[in-house]
Amino acid sequence: MTVKFRAIGAPGPGRPRRRAGLLALGALLALGAAACGTSSGKANTPSTGGSFKTAAQTGGTLTVWVDSDRLAAAKLYQKAHPEVKMDIVTYDGDANGSNYLQTKVSLFNRTSSGWPDVVFSSQNNETSWAVQAGFAAPLNKGLIPQATLDGWATDANAPCTVDGTVYCLRNDLSQTVLWYNDKLMKQWGYQVPTTWEQYQALGEKVAAEHPGYLVGAAGDTFAPEIYLWAGKCGANQITGPKAVTVDATSAACTKMATLMDTLIKDKTLSTSSVFSSDFDKNEADKILMMPGPSWYGGALFQGTFKTPAGQLGVAPMPQWSGDSSPSVGNVGGGTWLVSAHSKNLKASTDFVTWVTTSDDYQGKLAPGFPAYTAAAKTWLAAQQSSGYYADDITAPLTAAANQVWAGWGYGQFSQEAVWAATVTPGVNAGKTIVSLLPAWQDSIVNHAKADGYQVATK
Amino acid sequence: MRALWPGRAGHGFVAAYVVLLIAFGIVPTCYAVYFAFTDGNARFSGLSNFSRAAADFRFVPAVEHVALYLVFWLVALVVLVVGLSLLLYELSARGVSKALRFLYYIPGALAGAAGVMVWLFVLDPSVSPVAFLLRAMGFATFGQVVAPGHLPVLFTLIAFWTGAGGWIVVMHGALNNIPREVIEAARIDGASAWQTARRIQIPMLRKWIVYMVILTFAGGTQLFVEPQLLAQASVGVAGRDYSLNQLSYDFAFQNNDVNTAAAISVELLLVGLVVAALFVARSGFFDAD
Repeated sequence: MTVKFRAIGAPGPGRPRRRAGLLALGALLALGAAACGTSSGKANTPSTGGSFKTAAQTGGTLTVWVDSDRLAAAKLYQKAHPEVKMDIVTYDGDANGSNYLQTKVSLFNRTSSGWPDVVFSSQNNETSWAVQAGFAAPLNKGLIPQATLDGWATDANAPCTVDGTVYCLRNDLSQTVLWYNDKLMKQWGYQVPTTWEQYQALGEKVAAEHPGYLVGAAGDTFAPEIYLWAGKCGANQITGPKAVTVDATSAACTKMATLMDTLIKDKTLSTSSVFSSDFDKNEADKILMMPGPSWYGGALFQGTFKTPAGQLGVAPMPQWSGDSSPSVGNVGGGTWLVSAHSKNLKASTDFVTWVTTSDDYQGKLAPGFPAYTAAAKTWLAAQQSSGYYADDITAPLTAAANQVWAGWGYGQFSQEAVWAATVTPGVNAGKTIVSLLPAWQDSIVNHAKADGYQVATK
Repeated sequence: MRALWPGRAGHGFVAAYVVLLIAFGIVPTCYAVYFAFTDGNARFSGLSNFSRAAADFRFVPAVEHVALYLVFWLVALVVLVVGLSLLLYELSARGVSKALRFLYYIPGALAGAAGVMVWLFVLDPSVSPVAFLLRAMGFATFGQVVAPGHLPVLFTLIAFWTGAGGWIVVMHGALNNIPREVIEAARIDGASAWQTARRIQIPMLRKWIVYMVILTFAGGTQLFVEPQLLAQASVGVAGRDYSLNQLSYDFAFQNNDVNTAAAISVELLLVGLVVAALFVARSGFFDAD
C-alpha cells in the first residue's frame, strides 16, 4: 500500500537541519531579489484553455485534494488500485465559499509548482475562475471520451462547461424537491401542495391552525437558490465566459419574494439557518414541509435533525399554476477538477472517471444524488431499500434532476455571499424581501463588475 | 586587554532579530510597495492601483467600517486599560493583584482565531452561557445579534477581551515604575486616589498610553480575523469585504489582482505611520525625561 494521508498544514516529512537552513536562506535571498529586482508579474494573465499544453508526463505520485466527505471515495479508489501511488490530502473543500482552492492555486501559479493533480470542490462555480487561472484541464478534448460524458444527467456538467469545453465533472446533483412530514400531513388531513399558490395557502393555514410549525426555511445563504431559482427569477444568468444578465427585480422574482414575505410574516417560513444551533434546538422538530435540495434527506433530516424513519416524504417542487414548464432550483453539488499542470494526466483522468461514475462509490457510498445517471439509479435503489423514507423517492428526485432551471448561472462572484450580506440582515431587521430586491440587484451588478463581468440589466 | 569584538553577545542576540525583521518585515514591505506601483506585467503604473482601489464599490464602506471600529476600540482600550491598571495598582497592597493580572492575561493567551470562535458561541442566544443577557437585550437569534450595525461594538468586545489583558500587565509594570516617594508625597499632601491618578499617575503613564495607542491603532486598521470568521460562521451577514484587509485579500485571491491588494496594504501602512508620527510628535514620546 503506498497511500499517504495528511491534512493540509500538517508538517511534511522531516529534512536534515542543514538543508532546511539553506532553503530558508535561499528563500530569503529569492524574496529579496524579487523585492528589489524587476521580476515579471504573473497576475492577470488568464489562460483561454483553448491552447491547452500538457506538462511533461513524468508520472509519479497522484496528489488528490478532497473534503472529509469525499475522503472515503479516495480511500476506496486507493484500495481498488494499490498500484497507484497516491497522496490524499484533506482540505475544507471550499465549504461555505472559503476560496481556499482559489487562494492556493493563485499562489501555486506564482511559484509555478505545488498544484494538486485532482481536486474536489463543494462549490460548483470553481470553473468560472479555474479556467481563467489556467488551472483546470479541458476534459472533453481527448482526456475523457464523449461516450462517458454522455452518461451524466441533463445539464449536470453545465457548471463545468465554458464555451463548449468541459473543465470539470459534476459529483452530485442538488436539485430541489419538497420534503414533508408524511405523518403530520396525514394526521392533520393536509394535501401535499403541487402549486406555489397551494403551498402559500397551506402555509397560512398552518400559521392559524398549528402555530410554530414550519413549511420552509429561508435563513440560509442558499435561500434564493431554493425559492427564487425554482421560481425562474433571473438574478444571474451567465451568458458568456465573462458576461452576465442580472434581473433581480423581475415579475418572477417579485412574485416569489412576495410569497416568502407572506410566510415569513406568518412565521411559517423560518429566518434561521437550518444549520444553526438555534434552528436545531427550537425548530427542527416543527417541520411540516421544507423545499430543499436532494441532499437534505440524508444530510439534514436523517443526519442532523434525526427525523425518525418512515416519516419523511418527498414530493416534486411546487410550480406556479399555469406554468407548463416545471422548474426547480439547485443548491451546490460538488465538482472534480483535473489540474492542467498534472504530470500524470492518465492517472488523474482514471481517478476522476472512477470517482464520479463508479457504482461502488457513487451508487453505494456517496451521500448525495450522483450526477452520473447509471450511478444515480443504484443510489436511488439503495436509498429506497433502506426503508427510511415514507414513500417513493425515485420518481420526484429523478424528475427534478432534469428540471433545474437553466436561467441561473454559476458566476465567479458568490451569489450566496451577495444574498447573505445584502438581504439577510434586512430580513433579520424586519424588512421585506420585496423591498430588498433592488439592493440585491445593485449588489450583484457591483460584484459581477468587480470580477470583470460585462453586465446587462433589464 | 580589549575584547576583539566588544559586546558580541549582544550583537548576536540582536542579529537573530534583525534577520527575522528583514525576512518577514522589511522584505515583504518592500515587495508590497513594488507591487503597489506596478501592474500585472511588472510595468510602473504610478498611482493607478491606488485609484482602482479607491474607485471600487467596496472601498468606502470598508474605510467607514474600520474607522468606526477604531473609534470604539481605542476609546474602550484607553479608558478601560488605564482604569483597570490603576485599580490593580490600588489592590496590589491587598495581594489579589497577581491573581487578577493572571486572569486578565488568560484570554490573550488564546490565539486570535480561537478567541473569535469562543465569542461566536457567547453571542449565539441558543447556546450562549449568557443567553439570558442577550434575550434581555431583545436578541432571540444569532442573526439578530450579529446585525451589521452591531459589528463595531462586537469586534471591540472581542478585541478587548483578547488584547487588553496584555496591556493591563504592561501598564501595571509602568505604574510600578513611578517612584513610591512621589505617590507618598501626594498622599501626605492629602490627595485622594482619584486626584493622585489624575494629576500624577496618568501624566506619568502618558508615554505608555501613547505607545499603546500607536500599536493598537496600527493593529486595528488590520482588522481581518474577526470579520472573516464571522462571515463564515454567520451565514455571511458580516460580509467578506467588511474591512480593508479583507478587501485587499479579496483583490488578491478573488480578483487575482495582487497589485491593487498591495496598494491597499501600502495605504494602511502609511496611515499607521502618519498616525504614529503625529502621536510621537504631539506627546514628546522620544524626549528625554
